[in-house]
Amino acid sequence: MGNYSLKVNGKTVDVVADDDTPLLWVLRDELNLAGTKFGCGIGQCGACTVHVDGEATRSCLLPAAAMEGKEITTIEGLATDDKLHPVQEAWKEVDVPQCGYCQAGQIMTASAFLSKNPAPTNDDIRQAMNGNICRCAAYNRIEKAVAIASKNL
Amino acid sequence: MKQENKMVFSRRNFIRTSALASGGIIIGVNFLGACKETAAPPVDIAQLNFQDFNAFIKIAENGYVTIFSPNPEIGQGVKTSMPMIIAEELDVPWEHVSVEQAPLNNESFQRQVAGGSQSIRFGWDSLRQTGATAKLMLIQAAATRWGVEPNTCTASDGVITNGKGETLGYGDVVNDAAQLEVPENATLKETKDYKIIGKDATNVDIDDIITGKPLFGLDYVAEGMKYVSVLRPPAFGQTLKGFDDTEAKKVSGVTEVVQFGDKIAVLANNTWAAMKGKKALIPEWESDGKLESTEHHDQKLNALLNGGKLTIAREDGNVNKAFAEADQVVERTYESPFLPHNCMEPMNFYANVTADKVHLVGPIQTPAGTARQIADILERDEKDIHLEMTRMGGGFGRRLYGDFAREAARISDLTKKPVKVIFSREDDMAAGTYRPAIKYRIKASLKDGKVTGYHLKEASVNSNMYGLIPNFFPAGAIANYKVETGNYQSNITTGAWRAPYTNFLAFAEQSFFDELAEILEVDAVQLRLDLLDNVDEGADERIQYSASRMKETIKLAADKGNWGKSDANTYQGFAAYYSHNTHVAEVAEVTLENGLPKVKKVTVAVDCGIVVNPTGAKNQVEGGVIDGIGHAMYGDLLFNDGQPKATNFDAYRLIRMDETPIVETHFVENNLSPTGLGEPGLPPAGGALANAIKLATGQRLLKQPFAKDLGKISKDFKS
Ligand code: FES
Ligand code: FES
Repeated sequence: MGNYSLKVNGKTVDVVADDDTPLLWVLRDELNLAGTKFGCGIGQCGACTVHVDGEATRSCLLPAAAMEGKEITTIEGLATDDKLHPVQEAWKEVDVPQCGYCQAGQIMTASAFLSKNPAPTNDDIRQAMNGNICRCAAYNRIEKAVAIASKNL
Repeated sequence: MKQENKMVFSRRNFIRTSALASGGIIIGVNFLGACKETAAPPVDIAQLNFQDFNAFIKIAENGYVTIFSPNPEIGQGVKTSMPMIIAEELDVPWEHVSVEQAPLNNESFQRQVAGGSQSIRFGWDSLRQTGATAKLMLIQAAATRWGVEPNTCTASDGVITNGKGETLGYGDVVNDAAQLEVPENATLKETKDYKIIGKDATNVDIDDIITGKPLFGLDYVAEGMKYVSVLRPPAFGQTLKGFDDTEAKKVSGVTEVVQFGDKIAVLANNTWAAMKGKKALIPEWESDGKLESTEHHDQKLNALLNGGKLTIAREDGNVNKAFAEADQVVERTYESPFLPHNCMEPMNFYANVTADKVHLVGPIQTPAGTARQIADILERDEKDIHLEMTRMGGGFGRRLYGDFAREAARISDLTKKPVKVIFSREDDMAAGTYRPAIKYRIKASLKDGKVTGYHLKEASVNSNMYGLIPNFFPAGAIANYKVETGNYQSNITTGAWRAPYTNFLAFAEQSFFDELAEILEVDAVQLRLDLLDNVDEGADERIQYSASRMKETIKLAADKGNWGKSDANTYQGFAAYYSHNTHVAEVAEVTLENGLPKVKKVTVAVDCGIVVNPTGAKNQVEGGVIDGIGHAMYGDLLFNDGQPKATNFDAYRLIRMDETPIVETHFVENNLSPTGLGEPGLPPAGGALANAIKLATGQRLLKQPFAKDLGKISKDFKS
């Protein structure tokens, strides 16, 4: 059982959890941040995507204990001062979600991607988003929303 | 015309109002009870109480309206579209409406979900009546205040106006309205006057979804709750002989290990510990020898098709005579595998069984049935069961089955603790209620350039096509027609999967028609239109599709999809199918990249009657089409000795963004009652794609998933 502190959404929080506990479960079960979702647990679906130092990262495979000193952002922390992130705004404009379960992961992947590539082509978007499964297949709208968001960054 | 889905109901059976202590009025609606297709027996209104209602409208003194949506959301959009229908007839600006999930902890379990894309179809009449009745009561209250006749007043956008031009807001008269009798004579709007229906309304939960609010079953937590991972027999046909839990109990965070039936539950203080504890169990399994593999299912289904015992589901004329007299007989066999649902949110449920009540929370499509089953298992009175539904991370049929909720209830009962059972993806895929493997054999006779006979055989695992499916197109279009079905009983659990049976049947038939068109040297679209010309509409009660609506839908798809006018590098395929009371036609476009087909675009025409919420409706169609293509291309669950060969997304392939076509949806415009959209977009997609691939590659695909046969064209194609 380890005792460590994490920096999540700008706040430092103390965590008591087994050293091998993935960040996903620390966020969900210990820190009450249930916006980050569990889909596969093996890095295949993207539902658990968060930002670690700005990089889109699968939290289901990442031991939380190794995250000390890193800036972690989850879907709950993406909007700043109650102002939605342009990606969230675009998701609203396009009315993307069906069941909605995958969408936090999609939004986190898209926002990290656009911060690196603010003027993507459609092919860039398709490649960048290919790691995130949407079982409801809202793919057309996700694709469109990422393109719209890139224009409003 | 039967497509109008007219229902018989008495308003008194389903609307009741009450003043709110805090001011305002609440109106209860029992629209499911009111909308049985036959008239419900009259109910004594005095015996109704608010627990009997499954939707509520609350109008506050400031005129703002809260609509409590009865149906939990699986992703099909009814939490937005059903309240839109009420708001239209109530005539309030959509901006003044907020939608909430109907109050939880309802003891009566009346809020059942009508599955099978039926929510809107069944809700249409009663939701409109409810809104119109409430509006009439508000008008009556205002008229009394003014001392004028109600029929000299009008109401619009939340404001009532009298003959002199004086106005009162709904909020001004809402407390008076609450004292009135529920009137019987509310008139419904004409469709041309609609202000909300037919306009895009964004998903009412959008803000909560995009900011990560805890909406789903998996997000639910309760004080003192234990997280539970369950070890189930890895193969169908196995039972638990014994187990060693020494190591499991050593995992930090694990608090308890209990056996129930052939399963072992590991309780822990967090999900990770529960999952780790489960992995540390050392079980011993045994079997009675009935461990089935895919080859075994294959043989059994082939045996059924090759002279096994089948049951006739529909028979017209004499197919054997037609075959004997034919110029040519064509026969093809189509094969599909088992499919898991793979809802994005794995199965999960919370249960707290105590002496005075049984509290259950989670994502379930059949709350009433599940509550009853749990009352049975625990030998409790149904009144003790309090079941709350959460938003669902996908359903596709899987959450019709309450196995996970029953597990949670049993474990809580055994351990006397509040528990939440959480499936890992591996649990979810291995303990499924799968779409069964199915084979179709279709034989047709051609004579003088016409299709004269059609014989369809279905060989399936555990169950067969149900209801009116044997009467879907081409029933009624071919004089000699026969459908026979049979099944092999397996110990692998199977059940409904988005558009049950038709999800594969449509592929088989729509591929077959394409071959017939080729042989007859007629255009594939024209062949379908010609066949539909043979249908004597209304002559056969069992035939629910409308030939005229289908023809219009086909023509719209052909027109919008530029059928027959593609450029030289684009190959088109066509399919049309009626299911769940909705007519759909699709044109798929494929190009070749390094010799391999890639689907680029699907143009869809849909006749679902009045489109309540176009953006939501299109989202359903886009999802259905891509889902249909994804599973036709890649979906494959094979069994080896009772055990599924794939249990996570590394080995089980779901369609991803780079493999998806752009879906363009067009609606047939009419004023007919709306029908559902959660499923009907899916069935034609596989056939349209296969027909396009045939044109592009010369390869006629008869088996799903297509990836297997396409993999033979080129090793580059990863299957
Ligand atoms: S849950 Fe982490 S990638 Fe699927
Ligand atoms: S919206 Fe349901 S999984 Fe993406």
